[in-house]
Amino acid sequence: MTSRTSVELRVAVVTFPGSNCDHDCYRAAKDVLGAEAYFVWHRERDLREPDIVILPGGFSYGDYLRAGAIARFSPVMEAVRRFAENGGLVLGTCNGFQVLCEAGLLPGALVRNASLRFIARWVRLRVENADTPFTSAYRQGQVLRMPIAHGEGNYVADPATLERLEAERRVVFRYCDAEGRVTEEANPNGSLHGIAGIVNEAGNVLGLMPHPERAVEALLGSTDGVGMFESMRAHLRAAVAPAGDSQEAPAAAPAGRR
Amino acid sequence: MNRYLVEIRIVPREGLLDPEGKAVQNALRSLEFTGVEDVRVGRLLRLELAGATPEEVRARAEDMCRRLLANPVTEDYEIDLENIS
Repeated sequence: MTSRTSVELRVAVVTFPGSNCDHDCYRAAKDVLGAEAYFVWHRERDLREPDIVILPGGFSYGDYLRAGAIARFSPVMEAVRRFAENGGLVLGTCNGFQVLCEAGLLPGALVRNASLRFIARWVRLRVENADTPFTSAYRQGQVLRMPIAHGEGNYVADPATLERLEAERRVVFRYCDAEGRVTEEANPNGSLHGIAGIVNEAGNVLGLMPHPERAVEALLGSTDGVGMFESMRAHLRAAVAPAGDSQEAPAAAPAGRR
Repeated sequence: MNRYLVEIRIVPREGLLDPEGKAVQNALRSLEFTGVEDVRVGRLLRLELAGATPEEVRARAEDMCRRLLANPVTEDYEIDLENIS
C-alpha cells in the first residue's frame, strides 16, 4: 500500500438521464475537496477505480413509475453495487437516495411528500451519528443548514426496519428546528421519525434527501455540507495510511480499491 | 401462442399513509359528496402479453411486479388477465 495525497482521491459522479445535480457534486468534489472528480455515464459498466461514488440528485428517467425505480437497472448500478459490497463509500443525495432505496442498497422507500407539494427550501438537520465515514467532521447533535428540493422525500419503512435503524444508530440525520429539536413543524415532508438520512448496515452507503453539495461555499448560503466531504476524505486517508504513520490500525478496509 | 390483456393495479399498501388519496378525499368532501370514507390512489398498467397458458402469463406479470412495477416496501398489486386471441 502506498500513501496518497488528496489530489489522488478519485470521486466518480454518476450521471443518469435526468440527473441535474451532477455538476454540483462534481464541483464540490473537485473544487472544494480538491479531489480528482469525473463523471460516469449510466450506461458505463466500469467506475474507473474511484474512492467515492456519488449518486446525484435530479429526476432520473423523468421519475417515471417511481422516483429512482428505473435508474436502478442502469448498467452502472451493477458496478455501484459491487463497489458498495466491497466497502466503497457511496453517497446518494436526493434522487440518489431514492435510487439507493429502490436498488435495495438502503432499506425503506421515499414516497410523495405529505403536503403533496414539491418543496425547495433550506432546512435544518441534526447530526444523529457523528461516528460514520460521512459525519466524523461534525459534532454529535450539531445542527446543519442545507437545502432540500424534492417532491418524494417522505421516508417510510415498516416498523421492524425502523426499530432496527434506530437501534443500530443508522439514522444519521433528522430534520430539526434551529435549536435542534425534532418536531413535526420542522419535518418538511412527513418522513417517519423525522428521518433525513440513513446508512446501510456496514456504514459505507449513505443516502439523504438534503443537498450537502449545494452547501459548500459561503456564496451558496451555507458551508455546512463541506464536513461531509471532509469526513469521507479523512476516512479514506485513515484507511490507506502506511502502518508507520499512525498508531491506530485502520478500522475499515481500504475502500473500493480492487 | 395466445394473446392476453393483463391489467395490473398498483395501490399504496394498506395502513400506509396515502397523502394523494387523502387530498382527493378532502376534495370530494368539499364538493359535498357524502360518505366518502376512504380514498387510495394507485396506478393501472395495461399490458398485452403473448403466452401459452394463463398461469404462465400470470407468473410472468407477478415477476414484473416484484422486480419493477411495484415497490415491495410501499405498494401492493393485483393482476387480472383476459384471453384476447
